[in-house]
Amino acid sequence: MDLTLKIWRQADRKAKGRFEIYSIKNISPDSSFLEMLDVLNEQLVRDNAEPVAFDHDCREGICGMCSLFINGRAHGPDESITTCQLHMRKFRDGDTIVIEPWRACGFPVIKDLIVDRNAFDKILQAGGFISVNTNSVQDGNAIIIPKEKSDEAMDAAACIGCGACVATCKNSSAMLFVASKVSQLALLPQGKPEAVRRAKAMVAKMDELGFGGCTNTGACEVECPKNISLAHIARLNREFLLANLKP
Amino acid sequence: MSNFLNSSIGKKFLVSISGLFLITFLLVHLVVNSMILFDSTGVLFNQAAHFMGTNPIIKFVEPVLAIGFILHLLYAGIVTLQNQQARPVDYKKQHSGNSSKWASRNMFILGSLILIFLVIHISNFFWKMRFTGHELLEQGSTDGVENAYLLVTSLFIDWWWIDIVYVLGAVALGFHLSHAFWAGFQTLGLSNIKWRKRLDFLGLLYSILVAGGFALIPVWVKIASML
Repeated sequence: MDLTLKIWRQADRKAKGRFEIYSIKNISPDSSFLEMLDVLNEQLVRDNAEPVAFDHDCREGICGMCSLFINGRAHGPDESITTCQLHMRKFRDGDTIVIEPWRACGFPVIKDLIVDRNAFDKILQAGGFISVNTNSVQDGNAIIIPKEKSDEAMDAAACIGCGACVATCKNSSAMLFVASKVSQLALLPQGKPEAVRRAKAMVAKMDELGFGGCTNTGACEVECPKNISLAHIARLNREFLLANLKP
Repeated sequence: MSNFLNSSIGKKFLVSISGLFLITFLLVHLVVNSMILFDSTGVLFNQAAHFMGTNPIIKFVEPVLAIGFILHLLYAGIVTLQNQQARPVDYKKQHSGNSSKWASRNMFILGSLILIFLVIHISNFFWKMRFTGHELLEQGSTDGVENAYLLVTSLFIDWWWIDIVYVLGAVALGFHLSHAFWAGFQTLGLSNIKWRKRLDFLGLLYSILVAGGFALIPVWVKIASML
């Protein structure tokens, strides 16, 4: 496959970025999108040019490190996957592919296609945890949890914090991320004691870090590589409203 | 309380609760207006208009409705402005159509169109009925030269472009409601995977009923006058 790539290049946080156009030839349709970028970078290094900086780690779709806004969609044109699981067979020979970093006030660009997603860690630090003593392991059956609840909590816990929800939302809202983190704990008995404080603190932190509010367009749910449901946002709203009713 | 109203969810709570209140108002409004369709002598509509203009409960709800409108506009405006600031640099290419419906992304534009329509609508009817022509509502029958039924129908018959404005207003309202109905419940936390489908379906039915109903009235009056 021969392709034209239109890639956002930005030297550092403060630099003014711009799009650069690259041609790349003989790409296998069976290679992954990130492998295609590896080939581009090797080509750039050979030409003594600065390689394109992009985030990646496990390349197995489970770590949430890769990002990229590809041809107008978070994680590219395929459904329910991260960028590392995207393959070049989803494109056609001769295509022009536009590659941009996540765009959000809460996710400033560090370099090229890499954005700073520390904001998610800060939101988690504000309340995305439970406080328990770490001594001997408890009997797994000591607290009975209905199957449906544990399934739903597990679905919420599938969030890998990649930030595709923020990237795709027209308001750069982090509600799906925060909702999944609140939901996975709110559904389980272990999360109940800190529920009030958690909902308030995480929403306050999300607002403070410059993410927009949810207007229920549902775009996040569609682009989420882990198919996290908007129902979790409803639960976050419920948790937050109830938390504000309590003194 | 100030913490709550400063939060993004708190502001949206007000947009949602006022919106759901306006949704119930629209249904009452449509029922009263549909009297025009059911009785071509106009007596039924005039009696309904007289009731709406004089009943003490309705009188009490009227300022609440005004507050509902203001809260909805004010907080929807604040939320929209804040949301726009959340993405300082826009994408060069974004395929929003793949992942969300047009109406859901353009609620502010649809709302602004409805506001423009609302100003025209209020100056056409409500203002005249309540403030500049009090005797209009005194008239329970159609005996008088001036009455509510005559005011409405003559406007729709005499000015064809007013009919078009009303139909367009109803269409904008329909699109706004097609997203608003479920979204209102979602923001209040009153939705889950099961209820989302139900509320979406109800919302679609409701928006077709309301938009279709409001659009039908001027068209009906105009066509009936030509027969």
